[in-house]
Amino acid sequence: MPGPFQYCVWFLCTLLEVSVVVCSIAKGSFRRYLSLNVYMVAACFVNLARFKILLTYGYLSPEYGYFYYYSDLLLTIGLYCALMGLYSRVFEEMGAGKYVRLGAVLLLLGTAAFSFAIVQQSSSRMLGQFVLDSRAMGHLVLEASQNLYFVGLVLTYVLWGAMLKLRETRTRLIQLVLALGLYFSVFAASYAFRNLSTGMRNDIWPYFIPISGCLLPLAWAYAFWRIPEEARIAPARLAVVPR
Amino acid sequence: MMAGIIFVFSAAALLQFFISYCRSLIAASSKQSLSAEVKDVTGIQRVASGDDFQRVMQLLQLCPERPEDRNGVQAIGAYFRLLNFLRSTIAKFVPSMQDWTESERGHCAYFAAVALERRISFSRDMLAQQMDA
Repeated sequence: MPGPFQYCVWFLCTLLEVSVVVCSIAKGSFRRYLSLNVYMVAACFVNLARFKILLTYGYLSPEYGYFYYYSDLLLTIGLYCALMGLYSRVFEEMGAGKYVRLGAVLLLLGTAAFSFAIVQQSSSRMLGQFVLDSRAMGHLVLEASQNLYFVGLVLTYVLWGAMLKLRETRTRLIQLVLALGLYFSVFAASYAFRNLSTGMRNDIWPYFIPISGCLLPLAWAYAFWRIPEEARIAPARLAVVPR
Repeated sequence: MMAGIIFVFSAAALLQFFISYCRSLIAASSKQSLSAEVKDVTGIQRVASGDDFQRVMQLLQLCPERPEDRNGVQAIGAYFRLLNFLRSTIAKFVPSMQDWTESERGHCAYFAAVALERRISFSRDMLAQQMDA
């Protein structure tokens, strides 16, 4: 059962998600970064729905477990769309948005198929049959989340590389992409760690994931509120390896 | 196996994104010049050194906090600790890294000084509002 700390972080995270949308509207950037804002609105509604299900069915109920992981999966796909929105912003002048979207959809379908194949293989080994029971379905969601976060991370990494190559100077766009990269890498690493440590007692997990969830709305709210759209920066200064 | 690969790659990417993100926060403040008053208080005249960071942070903690820059200051604090760790480990064997970490530590100190400047003017505004009331 979540304690006061988890409830506080949960509430804070929802508040931050609302603040991203509010800051974006206040600074006149809602339509410019529509996919990011839609994701934040969706995340906010999911948080409210999770809270409702928690109150109705309880923390240890399968209903809550299913809703938590499936909504997480859907939100990851939503974040994926937000990332595509950022791709479109970076490549808008080159007119390559159509190809980017097509590539993203193919990659998304490929990741889903790959995750399904892995889980089907392991569940058949585990149960001796090709029937997906609730345990295998839970594993599927964990596996798919890990893979989707990882694909998101790779795509963000590619986008960041392209931004450095294209000498993208828009500070706000740079901060939005870097924050997304941070978020994807934290989650991909933690899901992978959780997958590696299956069966082990993990006391950090219930604290770590909610706090990490606050990272993205915090950084995006900061970027919308503090960084004007006209602000420019030399991207070569940000590369870890000097260019 | 797959989870292990994902974990290693994600941890490496996390470090890289974290460094770039902190540098983007620092770069945004590096264009701002310090007032003569803050230069006197912090002892930073033109170029900040890494050794100034702790002193500037102590001064920063004396001022009322601005909610807007709390996250940035915390992120740069973590970045500074990471740089200190690199300086005392890998940089001992790689001389070019020694210079890089020192220059980055200086940038962190300058970022903290800019945050101090903002907090001082914020405190002044608050005081002025109270006086008016």
